[in-house]
Amino acid sequence: MSDVKKFMYINRKAPYGTIYAWEALEVVLIGAAFEQDVSLAFMDDGVFQLVKGQDTTELGIKNFSPTYSALGDYDVNKIYVEKESLEARGLTLDDLMPLKYEDEDDDWAEKDSIRVVTAAEMAEILEQQDVVLSF
Amino acid sequence: MSTLHTVNKSPFDRPSLQTCLRLAGKGNAVLLFEDGVYGAMQGTAVADTVKEALGNVSIYVLGPDLKARGVGEDKLIDGIKVVDYKGFVDLTVENDKVNAWL
Amino acid sequence: MKFGIQVNEGPYTHEASVSALNFVKAALDAGHEIFRVFFYHDGVNNGTRLTTPPQDDINIVQSWSELAEKHNIDLVVCVAAAQRRGIVDEGEQERNGKDANNIAPGFRISGLGQLIEAGIQCDRLVVFGD
Repeated sequence: MSDVKKFMYINRKAPYGTIYAWEALEVVLIGAAFEQDVSLAFMDDGVFQLVKGQDTTELGIKNFSPTYSALGDYDVNKIYVEKESLEARGLTLDDLMPLKYEDEDDDWAEKDSIRVVTAAEMAEILEQQDVVLSF
Repeated sequence: MSTLHTVNKSPFDRPSLQTCLRLAGKGNAVLLFEDGVYGAMQGTAVADTVKEALGNVSIYVLGPDLKARGVGEDKLIDGIKVVDYKGFVDLTVENDKVNAWL
Repeated sequence: MKFGIQVNEGPYTHEASVSALNFVKAALDAGHEIFRVFFYHDGVNNGTRLTTPPQDDINIVQSWSELAEKHNIDLVVCVAAAQRRGIVDEGEQERNGKDANNIAPGFRISGLGQLIEAGIQCDRLVVFGD
């Protein structure tokens, strides 16, 4: 495909209470095959999607949180988390799953996919996008 | 690049409007529609936030959604412009992309 | 200008479908092209022909079907979301051994790639949801 667009997936809802988080992730996985410039943003309750230690066994529904760790293998490695949303929920980066990717431009060094950014930085990132998908 | 932000949630139900205004870039446009139109009213708990944002972004509200909810245009915060669906379409054309704050 | 539309909610519970319908009509009136409407999450419920709303209410499903026929609009229901929620066309009926199908005229069931393609091909993608 000749024209690469900047695709941003915005995640603002908590997991499990509604299906939006999981079905959004399904779009990201399919979208990865289209070789566009993909970023994910997590803000508001969306930051809860990335929290460590999710266990749905007692609910009897699918725990999809391991899928986030696989995003690096799909070349989805720009994952922006808004600092203000984290702080408002009493969370820090340490509460989130350590998402990694291997940087092919840096001898496949393992790097962190999650970047905690301020609202001002997030605003700038949003400005640069071509297509915004919201769930 | 300029963005049209759409907000369809009441600010008294979810923080979509507040988050949108926090993250909207200078000179962007914001359209309040569906239950989002309640954010355009004067004298509410969020009115000061909305008024302050008017210095940074242009705010529009969808007339048909206002009328459906019995919110008169005289109840709106000064500086918020009322548009119809054609105006909604025009806003999506005038801006480079649309960001829906669901 | 070429528009892609994403509808995330079913008819009647949320206003999203009605907003999307009104937006699409206004865009067509203004001479724009609707490249595709993609129905996702509970939005797939816009595509069942078994809907029977009261006569004094809008028939949202039928409105989509009529719009699609008149303006040749591509109405795509996401297959993964449709399977979860029981929206079935003839192909899906056969593939999954179901005893019926319910897809409304003008709608087709296809993959999520159709949404990404709309994002790539269209000048604007407008999302309606909850």
